[in-house]
Amino acid sequence: MASTYTLISSQVLASSASSVTFSAIPATYTDLVVRASARSDFAGNDEIFVIRYNSDSAANYSFRYLQVNGSTAGSGAFSNRTTEWALYTNGNSATSNTFGNLEMYIPNYTSTSSRPYSSFGVGETNASSPAMIAVLAGLYQGTSAISSISFAPGNGTNWLSASSFYLYGISNA
Amino acid sequence: MTDTPQAVEVNCTTGEVTTRPLTADEIAAQAVAAQAAADQAAAQEAQDKAKADAKASAMAKLAALGLSADEVAAIL
Repeated sequence: MASTYTLISSQVLASSASSVTFSAIPATYTDLVVRASARSDFAGNDEIFVIRYNSDSAANYSFRYLQVNGSTAGSGAFSNRTTEWALYTNGNSATSNTFGNLEMYIPNYTSTSSRPYSSFGVGETNASSPAMIAVLAGLYQGTSAISSISFAPGNGTNWLSASSFYLYGISNA
Repeated sequence: MTDTPQAVEVNCTTGEVTTRPLTADEIAAQAVAAQAAADQAAAQEAQDKAKADAKASAMAKLAALGLSADEVAAIL
């Protein structure tokens, strides 16, 4: 059981940005947690997070997900891709001034072997259109400890102003 | 405000925040990611539709066998 939960860094966007990167992440923790509240300029309700570790663009990313869109459940699986995903948050057709929420957990991020991660995300679409919710299990197969994480919107071009990203370190001792 | 998408990087060791325009390669990569996202959404939509169609077909066949709507709902 984690005994510490330390804010490493955060970024609340003052203006739109196409990506947010946490770099030079200290290797002094056991696990990492990312909390994000984000909205993109995508002309739709639902946005995805496109994630890269260590700026690694090789086919080192795999993931599986379960999702519910309104009352319709679905699933998917992707292997050996050049980016990781986390699902879902808000696009710009969601209710005005609402932001989706994401939590990611990355255990053992300093390992140089394959590292899993999990995410849980939900769009905050408080209108007639249904909200999206998803749980996702991913695997990063790069061979370096994770020292940077970047987040970009997959459907839109930019994260909108006031989108926020928080990186926490978890220590077991 | 510039038209070129901007990347924000936070150095977790120094606290320094850097904002810079995306490179051409990064813009191209973003387009690839957008296409992949669109492909995934289309595939998911097709999967959802196939599932809904199969359910509707099953319900119709069960109704043809004489099951009531409540009975069909109970087993699907």
